Amino acid sequence: MSILVFIEQRDGRVRPVSREALGEASRIAATLGGPVVGVCAAASDPGLAALGEAGASEVLLATHESFATYEPAGYVAAVAAAVERVKPGAVIFSASAMGRDLAPRVAARLGVGLAADCVSLAVEGGSLQATRPVYAGKATQTLAFRKSPAIVSLRPKVFAPPAGGNGSAAVVTPLAIAHDAGAVRARISEVKAMSAGKMDLTEADVIVSGGRGLKGPEHFDLVENLAAALGATVGASRAVVDAGWRPHSDQVGQTGKTVSPKLYVAVAISGAIQHLAGMSSARCIVAINKDPEAPIFKVADYGIVGDAFAVVPALTEAVKKLNAQG
Amino acid sequence: MLQVVCIKQVADTETRVKVGADGKTLDPAGVTWILNPYDEFALEQALQIREKLGAGEVVVMSLGAAGVQTTLRNALAMGADRAVHLRTDAVQPDSLAVATALAAELEDLKPQLIWFGKQAVDDDQAQVGPMVAELLGHPCVTVVAKMELAGDTATIEREIEGGREVVELRLPAVLACDKGLNQPRYASLKGIMAAKRKPIEEKAATLVDPALEIVSMALPRARAAGRVVGSGVEAVPELVRLLREEAKVI
Repeated sequence: MSILVFIEQRDGRVRPVSREALGEASRIAATLGGPVVGVCAAASDPGLAALGEAGASEVLLATHESFATYEPAGYVAAVAAAVERVKPGAVIFSASAMGRDLAPRVAARLGVGLAADCVSLAVEGGSLQATRPVYAGKATQTLAFRKSPAIVSLRPKVFAPPAGGNGSAAVVTPLAIAHDAGAVRARISEVKAMSAGKMDLTEADVIVSGGRGLKGPEHFDLVENLAAALGATVGASRAVVDAGWRPHSDQVGQTGKTVSPKLYVAVAISGAIQHLAGMSSARCIVAINKDPEAPIFKVADYGIVGDAFAVVPALTEAVKKLNAQG
Repeated sequence: MLQVVCIKQVADTETRVKVGADGKTLDPAGVTWILNPYDEFALEQALQIREKLGAGEVVVMSLGAAGVQTTLRNALAMGADRAVHLRTDAVQPDSLAVATALAAELEDLKPQLIWFGKQAVDDDQAQVGPMVAELLGHPCVTVVAKMELAGDTATIEREIEGGREVVELRLPAVLACDKGLNQPRYASLKGIMAAKRKPIEEKAATLVDPALEIVSMALPRARAAGRVVGSGVEAVPELVRLLREEAKVI
């Protein structure tokens, strides 16, 4: 049974999350015994042959000048055409902004089920099962698929990309689709970069988040300086976002982003249940809070009880010193 | 202009989640039910558009058991004109089944704008909006952070990793809203009184066979108890050592 993987490209480059999807597809394919085939929609080939290293034996490429940016109607047509051709047992997307938008449309087009934002896949009795967080991570559910193909999207940063190094080049095959760009009623006119050079929270390895204990937006430079020293992305609690100190795109937790970094530093965040739900899957959690009873200490691997205004600058300096030593 | 806002009743975000007796779904005991927070932004945007145009109708629609009518009533109190309740006693029907039932109803109503929250904060699937769009053949934008309407075209910004996509589209369309799009209003006392007289049309929902089956629900493994490294600035060198040597994350 073959597995189809949607290969996401932006600005003519394959996005790293697609390598994570290929890695997991290869693991599942080893159990099910079938090839891993990619499908990509792009204006031109973003270097798909190189994905052989990541486990794809073949990548189907649908090209159209309107595919330089995300074009849902055309992308759905491309994936549907690939499903028709490959007849896969499963189709795997990344649960990225694009994957979370595209996968439900593909599922509706095919009339099959989708398990979104999965954190693990397993084969039980020859069939795929998917486990995914619900209630923002307060619980998980395991789903089975009653229709074929099974469609899943994988949470970014959870699945390891393949080590690579010994695969041969993937065969890149043109995929013909019937697509009338003139009939499309929605198109992207512009892509605005909001935080140039910074990793998005959902894809960051290190996150430093600030809470209401910082007393005002003018004190967020404490958090930003520590983030800069750690090469981290800045996050925020809901209280801070609702107070207008930070944009909603910075919010971590239920009604914000669920994150899985290697290191999460919570600065002056007490740890409301909604916040804990969104960051408890971080590998290592550090809490800095002056209230020793704050719930954040219950999930933190390491805590410092103290005033963020004193502790955070000292930590920033210590990290900088470490960086200088190499 | 007719706008339909599809809303969902969900467990309050304060809920301490427990697994129910079936081992598959939430234990409903003691749960407070609320309007899905993201749906508030969708409803607010629809109301603002109706107010700006000075005409048109905002219909709220929800699929679920009898209890859903409380949430529909709340939406009417916020300012929606009338409600449609697609009634079913099915527990957690999957996204495709819900989308198919909503799409069948929307097909008849033919609204210019169909609104959703970007996801429901219970199953977090974020599927029903884009599925409805696909079933109806409409354009759709998810994670809507900004929206401007001019006649039958709209300019929409959607959040993506590290930026925003600006989408131009022609109605009819499906939009799934993110937090931050606007500031949802509270229901006024007058609104609450008026809502009591607004109609809720109840219909039996037709659900297709499930495409997904819930095998189990589980609580995540509790994190091992952490440790407080120390107090104040003096604890910083030890923290840095632990992060480097023990956790190996810096």
